[in-house]
This record gives sequence, structure tokens and C-alpha cells, in this order.
Amino acid sequence: MARHSVLGAVLVGALALAGCGGAKVGDSASGAAGDCGTFNLAVNPWVGYEANAAVLAYVAEKELKCKVTKKELKEEVAWQGFGTGEVDAVVENWGHDDLRKKYIDEQKTAVSAGSTGVKGQIGWYVPPWLAKEHPDVLDWNNLNKYADQFKSSESGDKGQLLDGDPSFVTNDEALVKNLNLNYKVVYGGSETALIQAFRQAEKDKKWVIGYFYSPQWLLNEIKLEKVKLPEYKAGCDADAEKVACDYPDYDLDKIVSKKFADTNGPAFQLVKNFKWTNEDQNTVAKYIAEDKMKPEDAAKKWVEANGGKVKAWLAKA
Amino acid sequence: MVAVAVPRRQIPRKALIVGGIVLAWLALWLVFRNVGTLALDASELTPLHRWVNSVNDAVGASRNSNPVFLYFFNEIRLVIDEFVRFVQALIAQPSFGRPVPVIGWLGVVAIAGFVSLAVAGWRVALLSVAGFVFLGLQGLWQESMDTLSLTLAAVVIALLFGIPLGIWAGLSDRANRVMTPVLDFMQTMPTFVYLAPLTLFFLIGPASATIATLIYAAPPAIRITAHAIRSVPHNTVEASESLGATRKQTLLKVLLPSARKTIVLGVNQTIMAALSMVTIAALIDAPGLGKTVVKALQTLDVGTAFNAGLAIVVLAIVLDRVTTAATERRTLPRWALFGGLGVTGVAVYFSYTYLWAAEFPSEVEIGSSIRQGATAATEWVQDSLPVITNGFKDFVTSVLINPLQALLAESPWFLVALVIVALSFLIGGVKPAVVSAACLGVLVATGLWQDAMITLASTLVATILVMILGVVVGVWMGRSRRADRFIRPVLDAGQVMPAFVYLVPILALFSATRFTAIIAAVVFAAPVAIKIIADGIRGVSPATVEASTALGSSSWQTIVKVQLPMARRALTLAANQGLIYVLSMVVVGGLVGAGALGYDVVAGFSQGQLYGKGLAAGVAIVVLGVMLDRLTQAAAKRWTN
Repeated sequence: MARHSVLGAVLVGALALAGCGGAKVGDSASGAAGDCGTFNLAVNPWVGYEANAAVLAYVAEKELKCKVTKKELKEEVAWQGFGTGEVDAVVENWGHDDLRKKYIDEQKTAVSAGSTGVKGQIGWYVPPWLAKEHPDVLDWNNLNKYADQFKSSESGDKGQLLDGDPSFVTNDEALVKNLNLNYKVVYGGSETALIQAFRQAEKDKKWVIGYFYSPQWLLNEIKLEKVKLPEYKAGCDADAEKVACDYPDYDLDKIVSKKFADTNGPAFQLVKNFKWTNEDQNTVAKYIAEDKMKPEDAAKKWVEANGGKVKAWLAKA
Repeated sequence: MVAVAVPRRQIPRKALIVGGIVLAWLALWLVFRNVGTLALDASELTPLHRWVNSVNDAVGASRNSNPVFLYFFNEIRLVIDEFVRFVQALIAQPSFGRPVPVIGWLGVVAIAGFVSLAVAGWRVALLSVAGFVFLGLQGLWQESMDTLSLTLAAVVIALLFGIPLGIWAGLSDRANRVMTPVLDFMQTMPTFVYLAPLTLFFLIGPASATIATLIYAAPPAIRITAHAIRSVPHNTVEASESLGATRKQTLLKVLLPSARKTIVLGVNQTIMAALSMVTIAALIDAPGLGKTVVKALQTLDVGTAFNAGLAIVVLAIVLDRVTTAATERRTLPRWALFGGLGVTGVAVYFSYTYLWAAEFPSEVEIGSSIRQGATAATEWVQDSLPVITNGFKDFVTSVLINPLQALLAESPWFLVALVIVALSFLIGGVKPAVVSAACLGVLVATGLWQDAMITLASTLVATILVMILGVVVGVWMGRSRRADRFIRPVLDAGQVMPAFVYLVPILALFSATRFTAIIAAVVFAAPVAIKIIADGIRGVSPATVEASTALGSSSWQTIVKVQLPMARRALTLAANQGLIYVLSMVVVGGLVGAGALGYDVVAGFSQGQLYGKGLAAGVAIVVLGVMLDRLTQAAAKRWTN
């Protein structure tokens, strides 16, 4: 008997609930896509890139009615996706001459789509307190004087030069050797490791010198100072083993798949025309990294405040 | 008298020889220091590395014309993609023209509860309902369901192939011999090495992510099934055969039923392994919680990463308890079965029809408090502890890591090789010596000898720490049920919480150093060792322990003289597993300052021209794993017999 009453109670309860069920699935229809089609946008794992991608995706969806598929990938994998048709665009590329050679020159699956307008810098940085108290540390000629201060448990009797994410080009071992610096390159292995090192160094006034780059959201929080290395001249980094000069400035650009460029749809036009500045990118990156906004909300906020710039990207389409 | 005296004299003699070898090594080290260390700079390549690069490039370039790709890999990809997308359509992603998945949160919670009730009983059913609701409260319902879909798909495919292969390996010695090294390879080869090539073969999407998960998660199912079949008592099989049963009948009626319990444990291990791949698979766009973790870490947002990591832990604990309880056979009263079925059906219908049951209500949530709590806790740890922790780090580095590394990495390679082969011979005889020699040969061939020695030094230090923790906590848990109940969930969390989540605070505590990498490895490997030792201690017969207490032994004496010696087998297994787990963290170590092989693998994943070197580093890690595994097994056999 008990069993039946349980079952009965369940059914009665269910029917009662169904009676006051609330809104049904499918009550509100969603908008249909335009003629833009699908736009496969690679998202490489750093915030500056995310800012570019968020704004592009927002504009493509809102203005061009594209269906944007963001794919979160490391650079290597993203470029590989040009050939397999899985990726249409990479929208912040840091040099990567090896990848250019392989995919643009040899396999001919990718083409450049021009500058993003953002300038990239790579170099050796120290925390601001150190630059303030010992301004001469900002010249590489004085680095040997301070080698003892930069010692760590990993560098033995030499100073430690902390390297980070292996995704970016580094000549640091050659630089240390060719500039006769009494330093050892220690591989932190990730951007996380670098950021933590700089944060702690600034907070506890510790001595840290490491490989870093701008634009990067951390620089909004801690104004790291760049150490002056022998000036870069075209070709001074041609032989990787004999490099003794600073890193070049990078004109960060956009790479798209050959097929995407040949189709020449509205999404491609948008990517091609997309151009902004370091400040623009830093603004959006700050929304994402510090204000913890969702990328699409950050993009919306920026687009609404910069209608003119966005219009210019769309004008020629 | 003589019989007693012989073993007594034999042990010191062996120890003397070992001591002699080590002393000779030290002396030669002083003479030959930094000669023949086979060092290779971070950006330097060997011809082998370049050759691997060119093969990789050639495969990539021919992808669109090669028939193997067009007709073989593409077909596999299609099937797996469709399968995963189907599961996602059911519970995770908007599908079939609807803005929500077919089954909403209420339906999934009901199904989870009902399945748990049917296979694992009331208590576990309550746990899984609570667990799934918790995922929704965290504000991570859709991400969790994406992760669950991918995990379930990978596990189903793993079992589809794994259990038959396991049965085969259980029945045939030859199959077993062939499969063991392949499985070793699959389990110890760092995922980073094959992640990029996988997207070349199976494109970016669910298929690649599923296959990456499969490669790591299938081996436990195969191994444990084979082990289960092998452990069925001989006389049971003989009895069945003498009764005239065919091989098929013996398998289906005798072997499989008696091995059932163990096979379910294999399923359990496969699920755990699949969940531990969630964050890594996110690097090739696998949907779900892993993405949340990876993304949060770009801005060092530990709170968000922890919240998502916690969701993975909750999923793991629920799935673990359900599968573990499923090893017991149970029957449910009929009314409960039908009642449960009715409720589940109604819930599924609601979640299909009504929005409130389809999308988890966003008004009630605890995710933001979890995020804030984790952030606050991390900040407190980072601000107040580094004073102590840095001293500890410097101490361990100068006393343990540096000397060991100097000895291994700064001796000439042939000297180290000679010492290892000689020790292998002393420990296990001819066979382990041959295996070690072969492994060392491969290490030299990879061109990464010195990096391998640096990694070996850190691995040994980490394993020592794991064993110290394992014995201390394991004995405590083994002797006290209460401690066990309290600690076990923490251990589970240590095993499945993605390492990426706790890397941020431990980087703050110990900076980017080899020691940080060792700590990360210990967090991951200690739980396994602790659990094994705790089970071993509990397995010591209570009568023996009581006898010892009755004879007036103190707790300390009971532990040292009775419980630990009798749990010898568990101790050696813990050392072996601890070592393997430590090795599987080498790559994560490379992300936090370990350098050496771990960094080589990470760099190979990030830069095309270092791909070959990364692959070679991956092989070196596998080879170190095989060598240490065989050595510890040989030592264990000696010691326990």
C-alpha cells in the first residue's frame, strides 16, 4: 500500500508543478544570422590578444551579424589551424618568423592582413622600486656590479635573469654570454611565474630582473622599468648565437587563412581594417584583467565609447 | 646457529658494496667534475631534434592530400566528434534549434540521483544530488556539463576498447608483454608532446580533446582488467574447464563475474584519469571547466580558477563514490525503483519543457563567495608566509637538491651510467641491469642527458618527500578511522584539483624554483602514497597488533616493529606509484621553474623549431619512468620475499 501512495504523491506533485510551470522553452525566438556566415577566430592565451579578439568578435556579431566561433588555442596550434580550415584569423601576432616561413611562404595557407596598430616591446625589466633607488641598474653596463644582489637559490654564484613563457622569442642566453654578464638565465617557464616574481619583488623590495614585454596588463598595476641593452640595428640579431643587441620593436599584426582572404567576405574586411592603439588595447585589457569584466562586456563598453573608430573599420567594407 | 648467521652477514656485505660504489663515484666526481656531462643549451638542437621537426613539418604540409588523413583519421574524427556533440546536445549545449540543451539541470540532477540510487544506494544518491546542485550554485552549470560530456564520452570509448584489450592481456601472456610497454608509454608521455600533433590529425575540436584524454585514461582500465582476470584463482578456472565448459563459457560465466569488482575499480581509475586531463585539454579548445581555469590564470585570478577547480573536484568525488559503491552488488526494493523512475521521468520532462528547470537559476549562487574566499585566502598566504617558506626552500635546496644534482648532472655521463647499471645489478640481478643500460642508452640518444639528470635529481627529492608524508599521514590514517574520514576528501582534492590552480600561491611562497616544482609534484603524488600506505596499515591483522600491545609495546614500538614491517608490500607499492606520479608532474614543474626536461617539453609545445627537442624530452621522461619503475619493482620483489 505504502508504495502506491508514494507513487501517487509523486504524480500528484508533478501535475501540480506542471500546472504552474512558468515560461516554456522556445517562447522567445532568437535572431537569424546575416550573410556573413561563420567566423572562426583564434584566441591566443594572453589578455592583450583577448582584448583584440573581444572587440572584433563584438563588432562582427553586432554590426555584420556574423556567427563568431572563438577558439582558445596556443599560437602554434592556431597557425596549424589555417591549413586545416579550422581557424580564419589570428589577430595579434608577435613576429614568429618561423611560423611565417612555414605557413605563409612554404605551405601558403596563411597571409598577413596588416598591422593592428599596436607596438610590442620585449626586453629585460626591473620592478619600479629598484629603478628608483638604483637608477643605474637600468643600463646594462652596470648589471655586473649588481650581480650579487640578483643571486637566488637557482643561479648559484651568479645573478639570476628570470625568463618566462617559452612562447616568445628569447635571445637571453646568447645576450648574457656575448655581453659578458655574470648572470645565469633561469627558466621560470610561464607568464604566471614571471608576474608573481615581479609582484613580490615590488611588494617586498626584492631584487628581480626578468624577461617581460609590453603591452601587458600587469604594467597597468606595476610600472616595470625596461633595462637599456645595446641598441637594436637591423640584422644585429641575424645570427642567434652572436646576438649582442636589444630586441627589435614588434609591429603586432594580423594573420588570416588564405581561404578566408580569398573569400573576401565582410568578416575579412573587418579584420583587415581593424587598427587601434596600445592605449585602446590597454583600456580593454584593464576592463578584463582588473575590473574582471567578461570580454564581451568589456568590448561593448569600449565600442560604445569609440563609435568613430569602429565606423572606420566598417566604412570600407 | 649457522642458519641465523648467514643472512646477518649477507646484508652488510651488500650494503658495503653499495657504499663502496657510492664512495668511488664521489671520488671520481671530484676528479672528472664537469667533464663529459653532455650539456645542451636551451636553444641548442641536435640533428635528431631537427629531423623530428622536418618530419612534423612534412606531415603538416601533406595533410590535405594524404589519403591516410582523408580516409582514416577524418573518419575517426567524424565519429568521435558526432558522439561528443550528441552528448553535449543532451545535457550541455543549446541544440536542435532550442536555446537550451535537451535535458536541463533538473533532469540531470534527477538522473544522477536515480542512477546513483540504483547502483550505489541512498547515501551516495544524496551525495550526488547535492554535488550536482552545488555545481549549479557555483554558477558553473554549463561548464560542468561540458566537462562531464567530454569525460563521459572519453570514458565510454576508453572502456569500449580498454575492457576487451584488458581481457585479452589477462588471458594471453604474449599480449600482456606487448601491451605493458605501450601502456607505460601512454601513461608517462607528457600530454604536451602530442597535443599539437593531435590537432593536426584530428583537427581542433571535441575529437582531439577526447583522444588526448583517452590516451591518458584508457591504460588504467586495460591494466586493472588484465590484473582482475589474472587474479581469479586457478582452481576456479580449472573446475570450470573440467566440467566441460568452452573457453567462451569460462570467460563469460566464471572469469568475468569473479573479476567484476576489480574491473569496476578500473572504470573508477579511468574516470579519475580523464578528469585530471580537463585543464590540459582546454589548451586545444576543449569546452568546459578547464577553459575557465586556464582563462582565469591569464590574469592570475586564483578565486575564479579555484571555483572551477572545485567543481572538477566535486565531479570527481561524486563519480568516485558512485563507482566505488557500485562494486558491491545490491538490489533496490521495487517501489523505490519505480518511484525513482517516475520522479526522474517527470523531472526530465520539466527540464525539457520549462525554462526554470532547464537553466539553473542564477539568483541563487555561492560562486562569488567561493571566489572571494579563495582570493582572500591566497592573499593572506602570499603576504604572511613567504618569510618562513623561503628559508625552508633555501635549506632544502642547499642540503638536498643541489648536492644530488651536482653529483648526477656534473659527473661524466659514462660514470653515472656505470653506477646506475651496477646498482641495478645489485638490486635485481641481470635483467634490471640490462633494462637500465638500455634506458640509459636511449637517454644519451635523445641528446638531453644533462637535463635528464637534473630532472632525475628533483624527482628523487620529491619522491623522498612523498614517502615521508606517505608514512606519517598514512600510518595516522591507517590507525584512526576518524582521521581517515577527515583526510580522504582532502587527498581526493589534491589528486584532481588542477595543478594550475595552486601554482599561483605556491609560486608566491617559493618563487620560480626547482623546489616549487617539487612541491607541486608532492601535492599530486603524496595522496596516492598516503592512501596505499593507509590501506596497508589497516590490512595488518588486528590480532597481531593487539598481541603487540598486550606485550606492553608503546604505540611507537607497535608502529615501527609491527605495523610498518608487515605493510612492506604497501610501502614498496607506494614508493613505486609515488615515483611515477612525481614523474607525471615534471612538465607542470617546467612551468614553475624546474627547467630541464619539463621546460624542454613546454618550450617544444610553444615553439615550432623546438618541437623535436620537446618530443625528445618527452621520450626521456618516459624512459626515466620505465627505468625507475622496473628498478623499484625489482627492489620490492627482493624485499618482500
